Amino acid sequence: MTTPASTSAARAGGSISGAAQATIDRRRRRVRLFGIALLVIIALALPFLTSSYRTFQLTLVLVYAIALLGLNILTGYNGQISLGHGAFYAIGAYAAAILMDRFGVPYWLTVPGAGALCLVAGFLFGLPALRLEGHYLALATFALGVSTPQLLKYKHFEQWTGGVQGIVIVKPDAPFGLKLSPDQWLYYFTLATTVAMFVLGWNLLRGRVGRALVAIRDHPIAAATMGINTPLYKSLAFGVSAMYTGIAGALGAIAVQFVAPDSFTILLSITFLVGIVIGGLASISGALFGAVFTQFVPNIADHISKAAPWAIYGVFLIGFMFLMPGGIAGAIRMAWARVGRRSAERARAQRG
Amino acid sequence: MDAFLHQVFAGLAAGSIYASLALALVMIHQATHLLNFAQGEMAMLSTYIAWSLINAGMPYWSAFFLTITIALVMGIAVQRFILRPVRGTSVLPLVVVFIGLLVICNSLAGWIFTYTIKVFPSPFPAEPMFGQRYVSSHELGATAVTLVVLALLYGFFRFTPLGLAMRAVAQNPVSSRLVGIRVGWMLALGWGLAAAIGSVAGMMVAPIVYLDPNMMSGILLYAFAAALVGGIDSPGGAVFGGFLVGVLENLLGAYVIGNELKLSVALVIIVGVLIVKPSGLFGTVQVTRV
Repeated sequence: MTTPASTSAARAGGSISGAAQATIDRRRRRVRLFGIALLVIIALALPFLTSSYRTFQLTLVLVYAIALLGLNILTGYNGQISLGHGAFYAIGAYAAAILMDRFGVPYWLTVPGAGALCLVAGFLFGLPALRLEGHYLALATFALGVSTPQLLKYKHFEQWTGGVQGIVIVKPDAPFGLKLSPDQWLYYFTLATTVAMFVLGWNLLRGRVGRALVAIRDHPIAAATMGINTPLYKSLAFGVSAMYTGIAGALGAIAVQFVAPDSFTILLSITFLVGIVIGGLASISGALFGAVFTQFVPNIADHISKAAPWAIYGVFLIGFMFLMPGGIAGAIRMAWARVGRRSAERARAQRG
Repeated sequence: MDAFLHQVFAGLAAGSIYASLALALVMIHQATHLLNFAQGEMAMLSTYIAWSLINAGMPYWSAFFLTITIALVMGIAVQRFILRPVRGTSVLPLVVVFIGLLVICNSLAGWIFTYTIKVFPSPFPAEPMFGQRYVSSHELGATAVTLVVLALLYGFFRFTPLGLAMRAVAQNPVSSRLVGIRVGWMLALGWGLAAAIGSVAGMMVAPIVYLDPNMMSGILLYAFAAALVGGIDSPGGAVFGGFLVGVLENLLGAYVIGNELKLSVALVIIVGVLIVKPSGLFGTVQVTRV
């Protein structure tokens, strides 16, 4: 699932020489860098090209992308199934809202605050989760997801959480006298956070830690024999994953300007699951594809019926598991490998 | 004291519903060692079928049994067409498919029958029976139905060749295949039975909570808690766990934590049992060989 480009090229190319391999690798890296640069330029230009409502939607896409990357670290890379990540999203959102509303903390400080809180919360939930495997972890997190709205409505927390009514927060204005609307500014703020989180995730998952997480997923006993501290990595994965989701929750709350218990039902957790399955399990770019899907497909489906988005989610979930278990990112990777094989054959033909 | 007894009996009545859904969960776990997250929504969908049949003018009990039959067929179909193609032992694809099923059943019910709450009839008289005033007739009837289902299941597994075959498949699929049991169909039948039991639970709970597409999400959680308390591989344990969870939930809700946090009781029970005693009260301890 997590084949780096070089090894997939080696598999695709078969018996090509080292030099040709290096050329292909270099060319591929250049194409990827070019792609990322293009993506960033488009992302920077978008708020000036679309309406403010679309900008708001794009902000939510970025928010989802962070949350999905977080869930993917836990479920895709580490193999721990969470059906309750909506709870951490809710904690992040409420942390941001309460800090802004009750303590007057500036919005940009609430984001790392929410992240830190969720890191701790996730780590603590990850400790008992160590004893649970597979279905049972799914069940425990499912129970967490289902009971989240009730916990948020609890009357003894009401002075903080605002009970059923929730909390309304004010959208921040652009600082330094920048000539941007609040929507545009928030988009850029979220974009910067997203880029930072993705770079962090990239560094985390492409190195030693990422390999340890995957090893634990694929063969926990072998991983332990290789000297990986399995309990530590598993609970840390839970913590880091919750941190990502909590940061997304904080940004989401600021963007929507409102938190209330009923926006954090089990369906939110299921939305995240849909996102990573469709975007691509154990894939960093998959988080982006999944985010675009979860933001825009329900909007389109909503025109058919109120129930249609969820029916479509369900069909996509099952259909993707059968037909495209790698998700959109997996399909793109396969197409990419095919292109690589073609160009390798062409290179060989020219030489031979 | 009077109020206390009232709470206990209400808890037992609610517990009987949890018990029957927990039985369905145990059935699927017996046959396939999976936890079916879609069990509640499947039960909800069959309850809607019963509602349509009754609204079309069918007498209650014919609709009741026809719904059970339809649910049985539905369960078998789900296993044959949706679950069987998921190969391999990896857990994640299965959980994803279950969640997919959950979402599809829920939105299908919302799509066809709309999200407005519907009244579902009870087959039992409106006044309390046997000259007592703690339990309504419906609650008493629902409890009786659960116990009858348990007895029937016990009889089926203990005394019929088909039940024996299903137990054999659950224990050792490879050897069962060698002695000529159709393993695939036994699994499908397990799913069918679970769906049928679930539909009974749905029809028994609908008069109490009213019929709407989201009626089962909380109940499913309690049923999971019940099944885990009793031991996920013990049908009798599931029923006992159901009653226990029902009473606990009601007493804690009434006297300790208040009604708003009832679902968290289920969360705490689930996590607690899984951590402290994963095999439950009556389950067998699982030993994994490395």
